[in-house]
Amino acid sequence: MLRHLLNPLDFSVEELGTLLDLAFDIKAHPENYRESCKGKKLATCFYEPSTRTRLSFEAAMLNLGGMVLGFSSADSSSAAKGESVADTIRVISCYADICAMRHPKEGAPLVASQFSSIPVINAGDGGHQHPTQTLTDLMTIRAEQGRLEDLDIGLCGDLKFGRTVHSLINAMVRYKGNRFTLISPGELRVPEYITQDVLRSTHSPYTETTDLDGAMPQLDILYMTRIQKERFFNEDEYVRLKDSYILDAKKMKAAKPGMSVLHPLPRVNEISVEVDADSRAAYFRQANYGVYVRMALILTLLGLA
Amino acid sequence: MLNISGLGEGVVLDHISAGQSFPIYYQLGLDKLDCQVAIIKNARSSKLGKKDIIKIEAPLHAIDLDALGYIDHTITVNVIKDNVIIEKKTLDLPQTITNVIHCKNPRCITSIEQELPHIFYLSDEGSETYRCKYCEEKYTK
Repeated sequence: MLRHLLNPLDFSVEELGTLLDLAFDIKAHPENYRESCKGKKLATCFYEPSTRTRLSFEAAMLNLGGMVLGFSSADSSSAAKGESVADTIRVISCYADICAMRHPKEGAPLVASQFSSIPVINAGDGGHQHPTQTLTDLMTIRAEQGRLEDLDIGLCGDLKFGRTVHSLINAMVRYKGNRFTLISPGELRVPEYITQDVLRSTHSPYTETTDLDGAMPQLDILYMTRIQKERFFNEDEYVRLKDSYILDAKKMKAAKPGMSVLHPLPRVNEISVEVDADSRAAYFRQANYGVYVRMALILTLLGLA
Repeated sequence: MLNISGLGEGVVLDHISAGQSFPIYYQLGLDKLDCQVAIIKNARSSKLGKKDIIKIEAPLHAIDLDALGYIDHTITVNVIKDNVIIEKKTLDLPQTITNVIHCKNPRCITSIEQELPHIFYLSDEGSETYRCKYCEEKYTK
């Protein structure tokens, strides 16, 4: 049966466990997977720029011995001529074995999946979902903390437009005992559909605060996010909010010795470079985990796992 | 007492809140049906005080019951055959509705691809909340 990954909840907890086991095995024994996707092609259909995610997907497929093709902006695709997502994916299905799609409009990968004859991976749709970032985050948390349960998880910054945050909350409420601290300026609070439909409906303990310093001591995970300029319609509002939270060495002194700092990257100035040398800064290791978990995902969706 | 001729075969939408019959007439696309449709406004009702009624000389399948359930699931649907009510249908909140309401989120894919059907799903029955299938944006009536 054709499977897609559009939302972090498309995989059950058990399936995610299996996928992460595979990702850890790839990390430990990359030589065993060098030709796993020989002769297979990944299409990266990126309707908006994203160097990091696109290259991570491409690196993943190349590491598996496969090939990549695609486009990296809507301007260089047939979308500029007015082609629909449905028509584009029908054609891409003739050229590739699997597709990773990023689109500025929310729900575009879902539309693609309805017309596709190959697996579609949502590589980010507007401010909505970014499930492979979530897989990356889950692998990072499991690698750094040794578990996905019973964690105090702080999410800080742009919680309104930060889709990585929404996806991560969706994923982490499925593991027992997790507690959430949502740290943001009032204007960038997490949307009500997350608090209402995800956190409250699963009876997950959470608090909303504007105080990062006050939240630091109890956290096992601090997930920092960038205030995303491209999500604002109003430049003045962006300028006013962009420096709301800056994590520096002084703030890190209040954190637990075993705490992990995650960030989906790219960062601007919300994590001071002085934090990079701190062993608790996990964000560059996180980028590395992202390749392994995407390798595991490609193998799984292609039925090669 | 105003007399409206009887309906031999068709559907009667009863217990419509007074004043809502015309919006429902258009939302259900009854204006596009090639059959007799009678709208009765402000009929006396022991239950509602005043109510509207729509009589449609068409089979039940001509009516989008999901759309009607979304608009007002307290409306009663009477199916008439040979001048007799043969079935009284009560409406439920539909699990999904298609092209009844439109997503207002400017970031939704439906904002740029006009041919896509606007599909909403019931995300919370208690609060009668519907969300866009594509972007999950809540629809506020």
